[in-house]
Amino acid sequence: MAVSTTRRGSSHLFLIPAFLLYTLFVIYPLLTGLSYSVFTWKGTLRDTFAGFANYVHLLTGSFLDQLLPALGHNFLLFAGTMLVQNTLGLALALALSRARRGKRVLQTMFALPYLVNPLVIGYLWTLLLSPTFGPVNALLRGAGLDGLAMPWLGDPATALPTVIAITTWQWVGFPMLLFSAALGGIPQEYAEAATTDGANAWQVFWRITLPLLRPAMGTITILSFIGSMNTFALVYALGGSNGAPAGATDVLGLLFYRAAFASGDVNAMGTSSALAVLMFTFIFGSTLLLERVLRRKA
Amino acid sequence: MKTLWIKLLLWGYAVFSMAPLVVMLLSSFRPTSDIFDDPIGLPAGPEFGNYVKAWTEASFSTYVINSLVVVVTAVLLGAAVSLLAAYPLGRRRFTGRGLFTAYFISGMTLPAHLGVLPLFYLLESMGLIDSLLGLILVYAAGSVPFNVFVLTAFFRQLPGELDEAASLDGAGPLATFWHVMLPLVRPAIATVIVFQFVPLWNDFFYPLVLMRDESKLTLPVGLTHFFGEFQNDWGTLFAGLVMTTVPLVVLFVLATRQIVAGLTAGMNR
Repeated sequence: MAVSTTRRGSSHLFLIPAFLLYTLFVIYPLLTGLSYSVFTWKGTLRDTFAGFANYVHLLTGSFLDQLLPALGHNFLLFAGTMLVQNTLGLALALALSRARRGKRVLQTMFALPYLVNPLVIGYLWTLLLSPTFGPVNALLRGAGLDGLAMPWLGDPATALPTVIAITTWQWVGFPMLLFSAALGGIPQEYAEAATTDGANAWQVFWRITLPLLRPAMGTITILSFIGSMNTFALVYALGGSNGAPAGATDVLGLLFYRAAFASGDVNAMGTSSALAVLMFTFIFGSTLLLERVLRRKA
Repeated sequence: MKTLWIKLLLWGYAVFSMAPLVVMLLSSFRPTSDIFDDPIGLPAGPEFGNYVKAWTEASFSTYVINSLVVVVTAVLLGAAVSLLAAYPLGRRRFTGRGLFTAYFISGMTLPAHLGVLPLFYLLESMGLIDSLLGLILVYAAGSVPFNVFVLTAFFRQLPGELDEAASLDGAGPLATFWHVMLPLVRPAIATVIVFQFVPLWNDFFYPLVLMRDESKLTLPVGLTHFFGEFQNDWGTLFAGLVMTTVPLVVLFVLATRQIVAGLTAGMNR
């Protein structure tokens, strides 16, 4: 690669617009956000240096009683995503690899919900699942399944599983596409050789295909984790900022939003900044850990 | 027999995947009373009453125009500053090149939401709360890391003789950039534009925090107000959902290849 070395100064000039924009609106707020978390605040006025007091506040008493269930719901969401969405995505990718016609059309149809705004998805399903006029319950009643025609999103016991189902419906195209690409990279000869040696389809899948899909699974696991931990717009549309019904769909994102903008706490800035730092440290740290564990096995 | 099962799974799931969206589209053409009588049904005819109502009474016109202005400007501004930066980062030798590259690209892993409170007060001190310009600047700045990452890689792989030839012909760096480089990186520009458009069009968090004035809302937050206001007018609600979705579907149809390629790119790393 030949790179011109003349007129050095002009290279820096080219960088200025991006540098200013990015520094002012991305880096500066991030760094100040870190510093906010170690002060107490009176509204928007910085009060005194607090050390780790804001963090202690998060991890004790009434705040912890909100933090733990929210975190638990994020984890259930992650578990549900792994079990339901990614398994289904793999099944669809496997089925697609056997299909002869209509591959492209099918892929597009599976992936289309992913394009739709999570807020729209949330509101759409609120209407579809409405106990009175919703088409889902109308269908269930029509099929004679009256027992299943219930307020899926209104009952604390079924609300979170319903959120998992909706997330799956929206995102399944994503693992499907990644698994499809990975399956396309596995040479046909492996399966053929195993079959000649007497392996059945099931053995080929468990012993050959699945191990070769490990890198793709690692990627999908990590992205699912980050997605589950950061979920916000969908649950906001489904249950509002309090995670209705009765906090059954409360997650970290909603908790942060409430702590920052709807708590009425004088020290809201200190508390919410500490929560943001804590969330980031936790999510980033867990992601690194996951990455190491998943890559080592492979 | 086996292929039949596979076909059944695939097409069965395709129906499940599309049905909610089809119901949304069909219901948007039905009067609310029809929907309540029969939740699953076909529209009697192509009736646009719900759309007219959402567009005029529910100020969807404002939301859509604000969203278009903000997202289009932000995407173009973000692409423009990133192109300028990516050109020397990818092709020229100067002090601090590695450092600047790392600085820009590190933003891809940083949690932007962490800075939302300071950002709020920063914009407030600049008089940019409740301002479309404020949102544009935030979005454009946020798109810099990904754009620089993609564009720098693209610039780097262009043949090296190009700038030499241009500078031998007496072209300055700006002329080289504009006349020689820009036309060559056009495919990469299309990629970053499509990639930024979707998340920005859908972004809910920043406007929720930074915009209060009803006349300045973009679609996502506008949608939350709209749902509170028109709770019982389902036909209009469905029309609003369709209007929020259509621009993305149009973009998708125009750029399917780029999206699919981009989604699967880098997955073997």
